[in-house]
Amino acid sequence: MEWLDLIAQVSGSAIRFSVPLLFACLAGLYSERAGVFDIGLEGKMLVGAFTAGTIAALTGSAWLGLLAAILASVLFALIHGFASITHRGNQIVSGVAINFIAAGLTAQLGETWFKLGGQTPQLTNDARFMGYAWPFADALRGVPVLGQIYSQILSGQNILVYLAFLAVPITWWLLYRTRFGLRLRAVGENPAAVDTAGISVPSMRYAAVACCGILCGFAGAYLSIAQSAGFIEHMTAGKGFIALAALIFAKWRPVPAMWACLLFGVLDAISIRLQGVPIAGIGTVPVQLMQAVPYILTVVLLAGFIGHAVAPKAGGVPYVKEK
Amino acid sequence: MSGPSRELPRWVDLGLIPLINLIAAFLVTSLVFLAIGESPIESVGIMLNGAFGYGSGLGYTLFYTTNFIFTGLAFAVAFHAGLFNIGAEGQAYLGGLGVALVCLPLGFLPMVIVIPLAIIGAALFGAAWAFIPAYLQAKRGSHVVITTIMFNFIASALMIYLLVNVMSPKGSMNPETRTFDPNAHLPLIHDVFAGLGIEIARSPLNLSFLWALICAVVIWLMLWHTTLGYQLRVLGANPAAATYAGMKPPRLIIIAMLISGALSGFLALNEIMGSQNRLLLEFTAGYGFVGIAVALMGRSHPFGIVLAAILFGALYQGGADLSFDKPTVTRDMIVVIQGLVILFAGALEHMFRPQIARLFQGSRFKAREA
Repeated sequence: MEWLDLIAQVSGSAIRFSVPLLFACLAGLYSERAGVFDIGLEGKMLVGAFTAGTIAALTGSAWLGLLAAILASVLFALIHGFASITHRGNQIVSGVAINFIAAGLTAQLGETWFKLGGQTPQLTNDARFMGYAWPFADALRGVPVLGQIYSQILSGQNILVYLAFLAVPITWWLLYRTRFGLRLRAVGENPAAVDTAGISVPSMRYAAVACCGILCGFAGAYLSIAQSAGFIEHMTAGKGFIALAALIFAKWRPVPAMWACLLFGVLDAISIRLQGVPIAGIGTVPVQLMQAVPYILTVVLLAGFIGHAVAPKAGGVPYVKEK
Repeated sequence: MSGPSRELPRWVDLGLIPLINLIAAFLVTSLVFLAIGESPIESVGIMLNGAFGYGSGLGYTLFYTTNFIFTGLAFAVAFHAGLFNIGAEGQAYLGGLGVALVCLPLGFLPMVIVIPLAIIGAALFGAAWAFIPAYLQAKRGSHVVITTIMFNFIASALMIYLLVNVMSPKGSMNPETRTFDPNAHLPLIHDVFAGLGIEIARSPLNLSFLWALICAVVIWLMLWHTTLGYQLRVLGANPAAATYAGMKPPRLIIIAMLISGALSGFLALNEIMGSQNRLLLEFTAGYGFVGIAVALMGRSHPFGIVLAAILFGALYQGGADLSFDKPTVTRDMIVVIQGLVILFAGALEHMFRPQIARLFQGSRFKAREA
């Protein structure tokens, strides 16, 4: 039953890898379903990670770190909103700007404040979100399949992991079962109709962009104060873009988004497992190939070879109210 | 564009508004300097001196300018055709591969043969990397913004694989190729001048700077004085009109992206053949993304792009000198300043426009009423 154990271990780490992707992917979902493209997920995650690391180090509280991460990330989201909603600027350019400012500012401020080469101080365990072992997790470890799922996948994760997966049904419910969700999807498809109904397009879009900021804050905090014990320069390492890929892969829908993030998480976990290990009949698979798979899959999907990804119709187009 | 489109005098649109946006970006930059405990005025002084104050600094400024001219032109050509090519990073990265595949085996040939071959190599590989997103956009309607982002990451994975496993010399742990033979080094400007008996300060500024200026002129001619350029601009302004006039948008989309990719590939001439003389990881260093801002600030006109490229080159070099002079300022500060310029000059370019328009039109209406 050794391979079962291996599968359980890989699944466990796949879930941990997919959590930041999932938060960021859902973040992008709110924004893009409302018609605001966001390639600045990466930057907002980085800002969130840095703020969480800083505040958790200063106060010793993981929850305050999380709260600060959310506030900082929302601030950056509102800058994106200010440029792309209020001033009808180009959303792609604004996203690029957010990524640059976030990358530079977190590294520079980290160095100025802590002088640790761009890192924030190492956190103690009480200042982090640590995994909780569920009752009897150790005792059930030996039971094949169910016991392993219980003890290695369900148990031992930190609270943000559960929150990420809880965010999926919540997002689904908000989007498809509430008035807010209907309006949010409508401003992304046909803002003029929403406007005619007497609802403000800018305020709906601002609300969506703020939701995006909140979730990016969670994603960032997860990286710096749950998965690691502090912020490291450029620690998002392209995760914001993988989340974007997952969002397209999921065709901008919440539940498929979860599956896409899990798939990319599994790829990540396997690529680490397979590093330098030859597979019978194939030889060693280059790690770089595994890392490129999410992007390649997304391109193949976009090319229309697996289904067809249709973006929200008004995505990327600033709304101009007719006079 | 969807921005407020009231007619403004050309000098306001092309000169005053970018200038005001730039000032706004620098005002926020000074807040960042204050936040890290540095005097903005002193810092600006150091940066200006670092960029223009002495020979070698000026050389570096123009060296970085070269990169920005290439990526700025690359973005502008696609932008005229209504395409948003943000894959210059990946295309330039592959351009480096093209340059290395010429320079490594053919370095024994005379320079006059190697240089044109390397130019072709850079162009071919850069264009090839742009081709797939272009084809998918043209034939299958896949959004070029997303595919080019994905291709940046695929390029990065591919190049890491090649440099770690295939192209690094046997027994070397460094993910880079061997140094090119001397004939495959682009001549440095200070060496060229020394050959003419004129002594100028040493810097990595090389002949690709001239090539960048030539490209700017050629692109200007292409865009405004050829049928192809006209067709690209019509496609960008109104795709329906282009189709109605009998142009073939898919073909034009692919041509625009191929030219854009080739121009991005030329970045490798400057960085790889001109300065590093070997292929190495991450040499594109964000120049591709900054090209977007360069093109937008330069209003997608080659002349404007050269000016904007000098500005960004100066920021880059001045920032490098500043971080050298002041241990508290890291090179990340350059990234912050670039980001703020992209934000204010790019994304927020219409922010001050209504007020300025009111200022100018108000006075004109009064004149008419009187």
